[in-house]
Amino acid sequence: MNILMPTILIGVLGLVFGVMLAWFSQKFAVETNPLVQKAEKILPGANCGACGFPGCSALAEKIAAGEAPPDACPVGGPKVWNELSSLLGKEIDSNREAQKAILLCQGEKEVAGEVATYQGVKDCRAAHLLGNSFKVCRYGCLGFGNCVKVCPFEAMILDEEKGLPVILWEKCTGCGKCVEECPRSIIALLPAREQVVEACVSLASPRETRQSCKKGCIKCSICVKSCPEGAMTLEGGRIKIDRDKCNLCGICIEKCPTKCLVWVEKKPSLEEKEVGVRVGG
Amino acid sequence: MNAMDLFKIFISAAFVDNIILARYIGLCPYIGMSSNVANSLGMGMAVTFVMVLASIATWVLWNFIFVPLGLEYLQIMVFILVIAVLVQLLEAILKKMVPNLYQAMGIYLPLITTNCAILAVTFFGVDYHYNLIQVVVYSIGVSLGFTIALLLLAGIREKLRFSKVPQFYQGYPMVFISTCLLAIAFMGFKGLVK
Repeated sequence: MNILMPTILIGVLGLVFGVMLAWFSQKFAVETNPLVQKAEKILPGANCGACGFPGCSALAEKIAAGEAPPDACPVGGPKVWNELSSLLGKEIDSNREAQKAILLCQGEKEVAGEVATYQGVKDCRAAHLLGNSFKVCRYGCLGFGNCVKVCPFEAMILDEEKGLPVILWEKCTGCGKCVEECPRSIIALLPAREQVVEACVSLASPRETRQSCKKGCIKCSICVKSCPEGAMTLEGGRIKIDRDKCNLCGICIEKCPTKCLVWVEKKPSLEEKEVGVRVGG
Repeated sequence: MNAMDLFKIFISAAFVDNIILARYIGLCPYIGMSSNVANSLGMGMAVTFVMVLASIATWVLWNFIFVPLGLEYLQIMVFILVIAVLVQLLEAILKKMVPNLYQAMGIYLPLITTNCAILAVTFFGVDYHYNLIQVVVYSIGVSLGFTIALLLLAGIREKLRFSKVPQFYQGYPMVFISTCLLAIAFMGFKGLVK
């Protein structure tokens, strides 16, 4: 008897509560789109915000509602895009490639000179505010690693000795956070494949570039003239490389007098570090 | 029973016996949810909601079922069950009826399920042999005290972010020190209600 009463009571209570909860959950059921959960499972789940929405669940809602395209997640790459497009039955641009970030500057400490000693806040944006800043080159990397701090995937390391950030391509997802952060627009997103890249963003005159950096582009156009495929052009002070024409012969890299052309993925530009860290795959 | 008595219960619950700063119950949401004022206000609202409902529900169950049957020893088990069910119900109702409030409360609502402050209030309401009106006033007082303590610490923590704290005190050590100082300040209420 002593055991019976509490057992019955608790049992009845549990039953009442259970029925109540079941009834309530039906009565107050909120209809949700089942696609949202499926889409969220496909998305990477890094909540990096690269798509412009607050986190993956927000993007999943938008994609399921048709307010965002299936390839809105730059991090996911073609695999995620294809899965989402087949889930929703929507076409995506099949030529779109996954992208990786690359640092378009080789101005490490011995290469690019300094005009002053900077003692301010160790922050690229703060240093950039100071006119031409402490480096001779007005376009080059300041090396305080704002991009490293902002990277949500730990795909960047700051090489203190060289004063340049290093991008680990195995980890880089091409979310573009570093591109946004860099006050000098030195980081660019490129299709993740073997290619030749001009690793200099300077628009200064050849004379100024020669004085400021050993590896700056001096607009000599030797690469343009030497390219057998005619893939290179000098446009608006920058070398443009037509990736469809380029057959990766590497002649331009050999001819470049300042070594500002870099072979990404084959001869990484910022390798040869004992930490085993390099730019290209 | 008059209004003065109820006022006394209210003041002593909110300030003299402040659930956090005098009784040291419910420290986990207090520390965890006080990083900014907006969040702590949301938490305070959610706790108020659940605390009042839970103490009414447990009071009814206790006085009409458990005491007559002599099953007082089932107190903890049943009270926890009631609180958990209440939180679930509340969540379902809010989700349907007031989705904005549901979004604002976010994860605090389910967190309350295992909040010791709520359980403590349901116990005290029973232990003090209050009647139903007194229990309601008492639980409102306690939850107000909880919210006030939470808001006070949240305000302090927002200021702390801009002050120079020695490195070995940064983070939770400083929060606990602030809490101690707040508790000392609240000792001033002792003896206010006889």
